Amino acid sequence: MLIDPRTFANRRETALIQSDEESPELTQEFIVANRLGIHARVAAQIVKVACRFESEIFIAKSEAAVNAKSILDVMSLLCPYGSKVFVTARGPDAAQALNALAALFQTKFGES
Amino acid sequence: MNDHSSLTIRGIGAAPGIAIGKAFLLERGRIPVPRYRLFGEQAVAEECKRFEKAVAEAEADLEAIKKSIKTEFREHARLLEVQQMILRDPSIYDESLRYIKEERTNAQLAVIKSLRKAKELFNSLSNDEYAKSRIADVNAAGDRVIRILAGQNHTNLEHLHERAVIVAHDLSPADAIQLQAGRTLGIVTEIGGSVSHTSIVARSLGIPAVTGVENAARLISNNDFIIVDGRTGIIIINPGESELRFYTNRQDEISAYLKQISRHAHLPAQTSDGHRVSAEANIEAVEEIVAAKDNGAEAIGLYRTEFFFMNRVELPDEESLYRDYHDLAELMAPSQVTIRTLDLGAEKLTSWCPTLEEANPALGLRSIRLCLHYKEIFKTQLRAILRASAVARNIRLMLPLISGMEEIYQARRIFKEVQAELSAKRIPFDEDMPFGAMIEVPSAVAMADLLAQEVDFFSIGTNDLIQYAIGIDRSNEHVAYLYEALHPGVLRFIKQAVDAGHEAGIPVALCGEMAGEPLYVPILLGLKIDSFSMNPVALPRVKNLIRRSSMKECCRFANQVIHMRTASEIEQAVSKMVMRKFPEEFHVFDPNWTGNSTLAVPNKSGS
Repeated sequence: MLIDPRTFANRRETALIQSDEESPELTQEFIVANRLGIHARVAAQIVKVACRFESEIFIAKSEAAVNAKSILDVMSLLCPYGSKVFVTARGPDAAQALNALAALFQTKFGES
Repeated sequence: MNDHSSLTIRGIGAAPGIAIGKAFLLERGRIPVPRYRLFGEQAVAEECKRFEKAVAEAEADLEAIKKSIKTEFREHARLLEVQQMILRDPSIYDESLRYIKEERTNAQLAVIKSLRKAKELFNSLSNDEYAKSRIADVNAAGDRVIRILAGQNHTNLEHLHERAVIVAHDLSPADAIQLQAGRTLGIVTEIGGSVSHTSIVARSLGIPAVTGVENAARLISNNDFIIVDGRTGIIIINPGESELRFYTNRQDEISAYLKQISRHAHLPAQTSDGHRVSAEANIEAVEEIVAAKDNGAEAIGLYRTEFFFMNRVELPDEESLYRDYHDLAELMAPSQVTIRTLDLGAEKLTSWCPTLEEANPALGLRSIRLCLHYKEIFKTQLRAILRASAVARNIRLMLPLISGMEEIYQARRIFKEVQAELSAKRIPFDEDMPFGAMIEVPSAVAMADLLAQEVDFFSIGTNDLIQYAIGIDRSNEHVAYLYEALHPGVLRFIKQAVDAGHEAGIPVALCGEMAGEPLYVPILLGLKIDSFSMNPVALPRVKNLIRRSSMKECCRFANQVIHMRTASEIEQAVSKMVMRKFPEEFHVFDPNWTGNSTLAVPNKSGS
């Protein structure tokens, strides 16, 4: 599992990380379309999927970006219905990771 | 031994029965946290290991609880999953390790520090309610690890090793679901009413419980000897000899009585004058068949299919549904199994179920309406049921929340479509599978005569029918008092549905909680209900009363009752009737207790 060594404070301020040559960085925009927004159980789903990939994955909303592999981070992002978020994956399997997360967002996390 | 030190306190009787035993205080918070610095690399490495082990242990504990969760509380398993993830969250796990390694703090302090940071994060959020519950999640997860590190994990219920009465401010859903029926003699909580989560769990496990006992956790100390009467809500701390004798006798009476009637639970549900009805079980998982059969279920009167659809990201596929229904049918054969199609709605939110923005979900797109709307989900389930019906030809199909003919027509059309598809593929199914409707909406009662011509059986779902008939939400505390099963309007609805069914020559079952209440046996028999379907635990008592009732007398009684004007008048008549006809049932269970009312302790133990 890839571990992000940075602390909360740092991470909250992190803007989208920069791409480097070896590992591609991909970003995609999503709208949180389920009525309840990203609540605890949805956050758990996101983290579960994110942890399957080697890439670093971040979810950004306005200024803040959080680690998609941290349930606390994702739960703290407070994304109600209609929020616009950017999901960024950087690493060897960035494309697959983004696809998997896109599927979650697009199916409204199985909610409505 | 001092008789004068006994103290009697009162709460709300939430689950009947008497518990006598040592108190086990479930206290949370206030764990002394040692703080020290680690010297040397060796100490640091060891402390890291200790921390990692504690997290693994906490994780395993949570996993064990998750596995032991009763099917009806599976929704809460998700909460535990969130806790597990929090434990492994880099902000807790890696941070704690970082504190140990870099600042050389001991593990407990390291955890507390990282927890504090995590909580600060939520405190800064604008949504208070949300922040509060996330902080509660973080605390619950952290608490578990800290207790393990302190070697103090015994206040978790899974570490309750002797039989005891659990005393707590409140039981969290996580606590409630890990109650071990064998070790938990009784439950006392400071908050909660008779419809709280704790009460429901306690009743389903048959554990006596008293809730709403102010200051219970302060007045009762660990290892205090206490008596809990779940009927009357009375708790006696350090009882005197006479009190102890009285309650021990009561307890013996109850268990002897239950044992005695359980011995006859396998006998058919037939009244003393030869009127045969059926006593059936409501279950929601195949594993419950054992309990159902042990308690004398003659069939499965209600198989709830919702739980297979909950707690999963994707819809269950036909194959897994088929396997489930197949096992159910096979294990119960040749007895009947009534499968209710998906009855999901507002109060049973799942992660996948497409719900809409609804101001009043109880009156919204739910149950059969939802199935007719999302036809593919419905068809998948129908296909699985039909395929399983070929096994032993003992499956009945039951549609919930039918409000009129149109829904029957539509459902029937889809049902025929599925049958045709199966036939085309030469997949066998039971062509004669009975097709029934639940009667739980007033309009269905009004049209029962017409509906009866279209279906093969009725099953009255009183839980919903009572709410819709009286127009109240029973979880709303302001009107909950109006929720009365014996409301004349409700009884008349039941009678109307039964009569319409019988007029058309179809059987009428009752599968709400009412069916499992022994008090209601005479009136329901008198209204000519054909089968009673209930929580398996309730079967022996209900069956016993059915067997001891005379149908003739019950009919006469029902005829009187149906003309009464108020619920309280009916309640009195029912109590009197049961008291007279079944004195030992009265003696043991005190039928004056209906719902929340508390009564004084009977002053004589009687004979």
